Amino acid sequence: MQIPVSEIHEIIDREADDEGSIISALEKVQQHYRYLPKEALILASQRLGVPLSQAYAVATFYNAFSLKPKGKYCLQICMGTACHVRGSPQLLDQMETKFNIKAGETTPDHLFTLETVNCLGACALGPIVVVNDEYSGQMTVQKSDALMKRLIRKEGLD
Amino acid sequence: MASIHTAQELDTWRESLAAKVNPDLPLITVCGGTGCRVYGSEQVWTAFQDELTNQKADARLNYDVKVTGCHGFCEKGPLVVIRPQGIMYTNVKVSDVAEIVGETIAKNKVIERLLYVDPQTNEEIKCEQDVPFYKHQHRLILGLNGLLDPTRIEEYISQGGFDSLKKVLTSLSPDDVIEEMKKSGLRGRGGAGFPTGFKWELCRQQPGDVKYVICNADEGDPGAYMDRSIMEGNPHLVLEGMIIGAYAMGAKQGYVYIRNEYPLAVKHLRLAISQAEDVGLLGENILDSGFDFTVKIKLGSGAFVCGEETALIASIEGQIGEPRPRPPYPAEFGLWGKPTNINNVKSWASVPIIIDKGSDWYASIGTETSKGTVIFSVVGNINNTGLVEVPIGISLRELIFDIGGGIPNGKSFKAAQIGGPSGGCIPAEHLDIPIDYESLQSLGAIMGSGGLVVADEDTCMVDFAAYFMRFTQEESCGKCVPCRVGTKAMLETLERICAGDGRPGDVDYLIELGEEIKRSSLCGLGQTAPNPVLSTIRYFRDEYEAHIVDKTCPAKVCKGLITYSVIEENCTGCMVCLRNCPEGAIQGKKKEVHVIDAAICTRCGMCMSVCKFDAILVE
Ligand SMILES: Cc1cc2nc3c(=O)[nH]c(=O)nc-3n(C[C@H](O)[C@H](O)[C@H](O)COP(=O)(O)O)c2cc1C
Ligand code: SF4
Ligand code: SF4
Ligand code: FES
Ligand code: FES
Repeated sequence: MQIPVSEIHEIIDREADDEGSIISALEKVQQHYRYLPKEALILASQRLGVPLSQAYAVATFYNAFSLKPKGKYCLQICMGTACHVRGSPQLLDQMETKFNIKAGETTPDHLFTLETVNCLGACALGPIVVVNDEYSGQMTVQKSDALMKRLIRKEGLD
Repeated sequence: MASIHTAQELDTWRESLAAKVNPDLPLITVCGGTGCRVYGSEQVWTAFQDELTNQKADARLNYDVKVTGCHGFCEKGPLVVIRPQGIMYTNVKVSDVAEIVGETIAKNKVIERLLYVDPQTNEEIKCEQDVPFYKHQHRLILGLNGLLDPTRIEEYISQGGFDSLKKVLTSLSPDDVIEEMKKSGLRGRGGAGFPTGFKWELCRQQPGDVKYVICNADEGDPGAYMDRSIMEGNPHLVLEGMIIGAYAMGAKQGYVYIRNEYPLAVKHLRLAISQAEDVGLLGENILDSGFDFTVKIKLGSGAFVCGEETALIASIEGQIGEPRPRPPYPAEFGLWGKPTNINNVKSWASVPIIIDKGSDWYASIGTETSKGTVIFSVVGNINNTGLVEVPIGISLRELIFDIGGGIPNGKSFKAAQIGGPSGGCIPAEHLDIPIDYESLQSLGAIMGSGGLVVADEDTCMVDFAAYFMRFTQEESCGKCVPCRVGTKAMLETLERICAGDGRPGDVDYLIELGEEIKRSSLCGLGQTAPNPVLSTIRYFRDEYEAHIVDKTCPAKVCKGLITYSVIEENCTGCMVCLRNCPEGAIQGKKKEVHVIDAAICTRCGMCMSVCKFDAILVE
């Protein structure tokens, strides 16, 4: 992907007046691109006068940042305690097998990213699976199988 | 929006807001908490609005409808409560809306189908306050959550909001406030339970003009969501508490450190801050007292350790969130080296209530050493999942059976895990203990920040302990060796046990290592990380031994110790399992008994959940 420098500058400048701004700035960049392009890290460190090593340390320390682009569909499986006792590890296993990737990885065709998250605040409906911000509750292996098949079909990969 | 410069103006505004409320107008509150949203409560709310505009010609059908924060009883969402009667409807769908308006609003007729049915008595219960889930609670902090539109400061004001602030700024000195807090007996609700008044006093006594107050809304416990619900449902309550605290300690700047993963809470908090600024309850010379205070939001970026106060401070400063040794405590050397006071969301939210009702009243709730109410998010294998606020000191049994409605599917209670990754479990034999700081600690659990997970007979306690260990191991910041290396070693041992490769001596090794990590880690994460393991060993050592010696998982959870097979008598040869097995581990012809090849089977459980004839056996 071509990264527009001016756009990143704009995002960073909007956050730059604040103290400790590298984290907020990177958060905004992450929000915008759904990952942190390498260029953005360099630009942010230059723009904010923070050593690149610190920018990199921040980007790798916090779970919210990803240095790799995400797939078209980001599937998040809640691994919070409530979802765990109601069977979310099975769902994760199942998805890992289906897409042949581990949690945190993206399929080589850049379609699917698998992620785990901790408690989304909807424990009563656990286990929860979120696909690009859309929540599905009370998931079972069957329902999640259907969900994956639907996405795969939509992409014409069946 | 009004502009409030004096206490007098606040009163006048409140009166004028109250005067505008028509007490005869029915009020429909739709829960807008995360749980109910997932069930579709936003659409329900829209439908009520549409219904209103469609039927406006008929004056009888006029009503007010609003979206509130989480009502607490998430299990039954979307929840709709109709006031003034307090009629509670559960699992409301868009298709129910016209009927609710046509029957309940227009004719005051209750729709029985939508009422909550008490599973014990099979009785329909009409009003929210009579539902057992609510009846045994004491909802102080959560009290207004189901009533207010959190996006409008007017609603909070008309319910008496900021009256405590007024009282403080017009009639109490900072020392008076601190005295009240000390007398109330409030202990921090973020985990450690340190007395709030004393912490404030320490911060107040520090020299210097620049001090900070911080609200810890990082809510790291992966099974708790009450801080989020308070921020979403009643953000002004937290702000009011912070303003009062800042006045008492002499801080002019506050921060709320809130998780990035909580977009709705962040949105409502932002709104609350900007509205409070607009009316003059944040900013310069608040209520003409000469006291200035502003609040900024800082987003946490998903690191459990950042809930620890020194790591949180580092994170606000733009550093990576590594804890540092204490002392010096934040009260002496905190944010940017200045005296800083950090409290949890619930602690801040308790402040206006204590000031309003008085410390004596507050201290009359609870036990000798633990005062007030505590909020639990009760989750796991329990009938009534939700947020529960109870006086400290009620028994675990009351909490789980009277309020929580017991264990679903006729299963039996095994343990309650309290305090999340830093906590421990309480087994059935201790169900009657009072829930307070000391009792929990004596049993190896902690009050923590309020996560309470119920485990039934199908929960493997070794697997459960491994779950928490995996969590803390991943979240260890890695700064100190005992935590970084020790949690890893513990996790590897647990995983080995679960995989069926446990060795004699493993349990003693876990205990020894756990004690060592607790003793020598730098911060609370490491110091408490072994707790879930140690406490499960304390009460369920036989389960560990079964894994290690007998190579069985009594709860039939651990994959290395179970096998799937087909029960010949039950199998009809319907082929459903064969078609669904992701590994192709099942063979068989139509109408013939199927067989599972154990060598290929990954124990995913799919066949078991698709078989309609109970023909899959796991042992
Ligand atoms: C690893 C770790 C995580 C923590 N997470 C939180 C948290 O999410 N929320 C919180 O309020 N306190 C958390 N704490 C406790 C805080 O360090 C601190 O004690 C608390 O915010 C003080 O507020 P209180 O006195 O009102 O409880 C955590 C502590 C540790 C060691
Ligand atoms: S105890 Fe763990 S989390 Fe705390 S400082 Fe040490 S390594 Fe980091
Ligand atoms: S448990 Fe899973 S892998 Fe094993 S036979 Fe059943 S469906 Fe196939
Ligand atoms: S644990 Fe999954 S939503 Fe709470
Ligand atoms: S989200 Fe509606 S009751 Fe909790």
